[in-house]
Amino acid sequence: MTIPVEPVATTTKPISGLREFWYYFSVNRGALIGLTVFAILVLMAIFAPLIAPYSPDIQYRDALLKPPSWDINGDPRFFLGTDPVGRDILSRLIHGARYSLFIGFFVVVGALFVGVILGALAGYFGGWVDVVIMRIMDIILAFPSLLLALVLVAILGPGLFNAMIAIAIVLQPHFARLVRAAVMAEKNREYVTAAKLSGAGHLRLMLVTILPNCLGPIIVQATLSFSNAILDAAALGFLGMGAQPPTPEWGTMLATAREFILKAPWVVTFPGLAILITVLAINLIGDGLRDALDPKLKRS
Amino acid sequence: MLNFVLRRIALLIPTIIGISICAFAFVRVLPGDPILAMAGQHGVSPERYEVLREQFGYNLPIWQQYFNYLGSVLQGNFGNSLATKRPVITEFMTLFPATVELAFCALFFAVIIGIPAGIFAAIKRGSWFDQAAMGVALTGYSMPIFWWGLLLIIFFSGYLGWTPVSGRIALSFFLRPITGFMLIDTLLYGNWPAFVSALRHLILPAIVLGTIPLAVIARQTRSAMLEVLGEDYVRTAKAKGMSPRRVVNVHALRNALIPVITTIGLQIGLLLGGAILTETIFTWPGIGKWMIDSIFKRDYVVVQSGLLIIALIVMAVNLIVDLLYALINPRIRVK
Repeated sequence: MTIPVEPVATTTKPISGLREFWYYFSVNRGALIGLTVFAILVLMAIFAPLIAPYSPDIQYRDALLKPPSWDINGDPRFFLGTDPVGRDILSRLIHGARYSLFIGFFVVVGALFVGVILGALAGYFGGWVDVVIMRIMDIILAFPSLLLALVLVAILGPGLFNAMIAIAIVLQPHFARLVRAAVMAEKNREYVTAAKLSGAGHLRLMLVTILPNCLGPIIVQATLSFSNAILDAAALGFLGMGAQPPTPEWGTMLATAREFILKAPWVVTFPGLAILITVLAINLIGDGLRDALDPKLKRS
Repeated sequence: MLNFVLRRIALLIPTIIGISICAFAFVRVLPGDPILAMAGQHGVSPERYEVLREQFGYNLPIWQQYFNYLGSVLQGNFGNSLATKRPVITEFMTLFPATVELAFCALFFAVIIGIPAGIFAAIKRGSWFDQAAMGVALTGYSMPIFWWGLLLIIFFSGYLGWTPVSGRIALSFFLRPITGFMLIDTLLYGNWPAFVSALRHLILPAIVLGTIPLAVIARQTRSAMLEVLGEDYVRTAKAKGMSPRRVVNVHALRNALIPVITTIGLQIGLLLGGAILTETIFTWPGIGKWMIDSIFKRDYVVVQSGLLIIALIVMAVNLIVDLLYALINPRIRVK
């Protein structure tokens, strides 16, 4: 006797990796808020000259240190008030978004590029290559990162570009360590052996076979580094070693406003708030990415 | 265990050599001439310049300069500051207690708030407290601390007038240092008003420096606690009918705290770095401000030796944390 087997209707199609990722990412409300804020910041940076009410460098000599427009002494022309030389703070903040996002992006790209190559070499070849590379990374990590960045900027000369190089150097060991560990965990797996047997060269094995399988943690680290880069660049600007005045970089704006903190708190409040909002948005995205990309958390 | 300790220390030796080379090399490539920097605005005659170059050994080949430097460092001689002419190690020892005191108070602040907040957030997972605490923690983690310091100054010093803006103690108190830690010294002298003054000076910098560690500790405690609360032995304890308080305090907390202790240890190294910004904002006379000032003054000897000393301290702290971790968690030692 045969029991008729009814075909089971499969209503759930296998979901693609990207859709699965989005599903887990969008469950996290904070991550969605972060992503929205970040998107607004990017748009603001791109269209800064169109959105900003004034040029960031024009000085209105009749309106020095004006409080925000909602204050009794405020000037309706300047929504967030003006700085000690009469520049519109809102316009400077909008233009400043360009610097911060630019810094974050290029520092992460630089640190990622160098860190991934060094980490992949160390993890893949092992032996003395590993020892040399990782000891150099240990040396970089032994110095407090801001102190090392400061000394590097002192050597290279103060300025935004040199600050970015210094921060990238300080951040890249984290990528190198992460990639090395991931490559070491992957390199003896069967799919790698299979690729090796079919004649794949070292470069192909490293970059095409192994690396895509370590992407999750790298993306999360890249997000973290993005926010760290913005904070460190602002800190260097604040200490006078980053972007130089009159650049409307947020940290530099804080530095030039410092002496007025008690007389005109708004010159200090808004640039810092801009840094905080940007960094917070990126960290919220980072938390969401970690939840979405970490298979251990996902299934539980 | 001894084997493990020795192996960890042996691993550090190449790193220490590398650090000393870096500190030495950084200063050689800094723009400007150390002798001209030392001479200041008055300048120096060419003959005198040569004499000084010879006296400080700048005329020797670079590798010989390095070995001379290493030799004197090993004898405890880190050179003299170009600006004050005092030995670097003496300056360091007078300023270091200020940084340690600040870092210790910051860490204390972070731990007494961070750990309970993390525990409650984990126990009440998904509640409004959990969400609020983790929201605050993420904000703290994202905080530009130099701005945070300025905000606190605006509010507490400017608006309310509760706390002083800078320094370690009011100028009217002069106490010869005993331990170098202002809170302890004032108590040893029995000078209560001085103690209060020191405490008022310390509170804002400690909060500022402790904010990021607080956020990290709270987040780490929560996730470690959540992991442990899902373990079988916690379920068993609950099933046996233990009170929830006992389950948390006796079974869960002890195991959850292991990774938290490591996190706290790693924060100590970060605190020494974070002190640069905090000390600058509050004009706190510690090593962070000392290093910044020396970088600006191009005091090469201080930058070089300061970098070396700070890196060595960070490494020592990390080593101790590693060893403690191995001590409380035997699984690490076997690896």
